[in-house]
Amino acid sequence: MSFLEVKSVVIRGLAASVPRLIRDNFIELSQNEAEKLLKSTGVRNRHVASDGICTTDLCCSAAKACLEKLGWSPSEVDCLIFVTQTPDYLLPAASFSIHERLSLRTNCYLLDVSLGCSGYVYGLSVIAALMQNGHFKKGLLLVGDTISRTCSINDKSTFPLFGDAGTATALEYQPGGAGFKFSFGSDGSRKGAICIKGGGFRNPFSVDSLKEFDHGDGRFHSDLQLNLEGMDVFSFGINRAPASVAQLVDYFKLDKDGIDDFFFHQANRFMNEMIRKKLGIEIARVPYSIERFGNVSSATIPLTMISERANELTKFRRKNIACGFGVGLSWGSVYFETADLSIPEISYI
Amino acid sequence: MDAQKFVKDFADQFEETNPDEIRLDTAFRSLQEWSSMMALVIIAMMDEKYGVTLTGEEIRASETVEDLFKAVVSKVKK
Repeated sequence: MSFLEVKSVVIRGLAASVPRLIRDNFIELSQNEAEKLLKSTGVRNRHVASDGICTTDLCCSAAKACLEKLGWSPSEVDCLIFVTQTPDYLLPAASFSIHERLSLRTNCYLLDVSLGCSGYVYGLSVIAALMQNGHFKKGLLLVGDTISRTCSINDKSTFPLFGDAGTATALEYQPGGAGFKFSFGSDGSRKGAICIKGGGFRNPFSVDSLKEFDHGDGRFHSDLQLNLEGMDVFSFGINRAPASVAQLVDYFKLDKDGIDDFFFHQANRFMNEMIRKKLGIEIARVPYSIERFGNVSSATIPLTMISERANELTKFRRKNIACGFGVGLSWGSVYFETADLSIPEISYI
Repeated sequence: MDAQKFVKDFADQFEETNPDEIRLDTAFRSLQEWSSMMALVIIAMMDEKYGVTLTGEEIRASETVEDLFKAVVSKVKK
């Protein structure tokens, strides 16, 4: 586990955008299947992107709403970090599409980060570290995925679970501001546990790329679609996630009882409940958005903050811990304080 | 570690399966109620009750309840 502390940068606003189209497992599956799935994974609905909707569309919508609510002009944005695993093109990086559509300055710093479940925590570390000296005063962290578009309709382990969302987090340099405290970990030896193995340069598109194969346990998908090894991800999550939070708390000597909310990546409810119980945190301090939105990959943490705690985050001073864990495999936790955030209503495109 | 207690802990995780159907030599994948979700429930049970987390590979390599028990025992010893 590695640790990082960044001071003098604070979050000012949060926004989220999701596709209008809702898939309801109680309509798409049998009653029995949907009930079992809800009980175990916690997922009922997902907002899913139709073929025309890309992550940049969702994130641009969220970014515009976020800037407008704050009264910030796009020309004030000094840096933009875009975290996604579902970019517009192989190249250039998707942040350039966003740069054009948000009309950001030509001397704005842009960077894409390729991470999923842990991506919000890592994205915060990148942008906060960039801004901590005050040369960049205002920054945007855009985090989202249209991961449902990578799932085969014939794969029971992914299709009913994943939804899509884009989020924007506005950060500002504030000398002496509380900043962020992080813990991080990575395990590349388990990269195959969550993987789309085809379509890149290791396994380029070929005549076989579109063929669906039987991967066992009701999982049929092609090499261009998401493969999820549920047991491996579960074993990983129930150990690494609680350890990540516990080590963050220990290392920085945080008062665990004084934390208002613990925002966990919304992987699946059964796994998240194991994590919560291992940490001994009561359920009132662990909000869930997974029933309404499913697992929205990198966007789960900010979407949960907005959908479940907008009232508290906009009105009060709050102490938060967020923990992301998954694809990589990668995990990270962050402690940060917020006060009077600007949060517009979730937008639907 | 008590193998019979492990069998009972294993059987307790099932809702529809008669506990008498589950013995040490039961090939658990042939149980009608077995599913990918049940695999997670079993991993969770072993984690909670025995303090060891089996990997997907270790579950896949196991045929019977006894194989799982042996995998748990070998990890507890470590």
